Amino acid sequence: MNLTLKIWRQKNANTKGKMVAYPVQNISEHASFLEMLDILNEDLIHKGEEPVAFGHDCREGICGSCGLYINGRAHGPDETTATCQVHMRKFKDGDTITIEPWRAKAFPVIKDLVVDRSAFDRILQAGGYISVNTGSARDANEILVPKPIADEAFSAAECIGCGACVAACPNASAMLFTSAVVSHLALMPQGQPERHKRVEAVVAQMDYEGFGNCTNIGACSKECPKGISQIHIARMNKEYMAAKLINSKGIEETAGGFG
Amino acid sequence: MDLKKENEQHPAIKETLDAVKANIDMLMNIKGTVSPDHLHRELGKIMWNYVGMARDAEGLKKAITEIQALREEFKTNLKIVGDKTELNDQLERAGRLQDFLELGELMARDALERNESCGGHFRTEYQTPEGEALRNDDAFMYAAAWQYTGEGQPEELVKEDLKFEFVHPSQRSYK
Repeated sequence: MNLTLKIWRQKNANTKGKMVAYPVQNISEHASFLEMLDILNEDLIHKGEEPVAFGHDCREGICGSCGLYINGRAHGPDETTATCQVHMRKFKDGDTITIEPWRAKAFPVIKDLVVDRSAFDRILQAGGYISVNTGSARDANEILVPKPIADEAFSAAECIGCGACVAACPNASAMLFTSAVVSHLALMPQGQPERHKRVEAVVAQMDYEGFGNCTNIGACSKECPKGISQIHIARMNKEYMAAKLINSKGIEETAGGFG
Repeated sequence: MDLKKENEQHPAIKETLDAVKANIDMLMNIKGTVSPDHLHRELGKIMWNYVGMARDAEGLKKAITEIQALREEFKTNLKIVGDKTELNDQLERAGRLQDFLELGELMARDALERNESCGGHFRTEYQTPEGEALRNDDAFMYAAAWQYTGEGQPEELVKEDLKFEFVHPSQRSYK
């Protein structure tokens, strides 16, 4: 099939970007979306033009590196698929495809379709972990966890940190990502010792990074390639209120800690 | 104490930084006609055909010759579009490909040295009548470690002998 790709090109964070149209020919319907971009890039390189920069790694929907807005949908058409799992059979000959990066103040553009998502790393560093002495870990099977709890925690842990939730949200809120971390660890025995400190610290970092606020729109969950549920947002709100009631220290101490 | 400033003056770090920068400059200045991906695909075909699940001496020698030729082409005809001061996907691919080429040739050489079949290394010349791996424990009971001896120099084989005191390796059989 022959297609017209309208792609966001931006040289770097200090240069204004714009949409540029590229025709591509003879794309097989069996090709993946990213393979199609590879083909475009080989063509551009051949002509001496700069290829389109885009994020990718595993190319099988598990690493969270890829992330393109395709025809106005985060990770393209279909639910619970990442950009790298989109195949060209979803499109037809003559189609025009609009390709944009994640747009959010907290995700500055690095180049073309590549954005800086280190804000997510800093949220995790602020508290998205458990503190435990390694090297002396006990057998995991000794720690009894009811299956429904383990399953619920796992459904939150499935988050791959791609940022589609932020991009899809009109407020560019990171609540789905942050709540997936909090929810996962708040449910597990290992997460109990730091349960209150954690939620306050990650929320403070999330706000510091410049993400927007949540108004329960739900686009995040709909676009999530792993289908992370908004129930985790509800759980984090509950965790946050509990932490504020119990702790007397203000959040000022933890805000901006990893900025 | 500004660790970053301190560290940059350390001789080992300075030497490494200079070497990396020199390599980047070298890659950027070749200004040939083929993209990293093009050469990567060529390497892939060689590895798939001659250094795959079943290998033989003839194919491995061919692989080594062809990879050496590919490394020459990489050094003289690589094309990287864009500059080195910003995110450059082509430069990143070229750097990885540089490593893959070195590793690919070494994998072929290592397979050629080991004149037996063992585990995932299946040399068609060395198999049992049932088609299972035929080992030569007398000559090859070692892990082959290859030591870097310098840019463009062949790696040196360092044998790490495997000694089994209580459990002795035997012949696998699914019968």
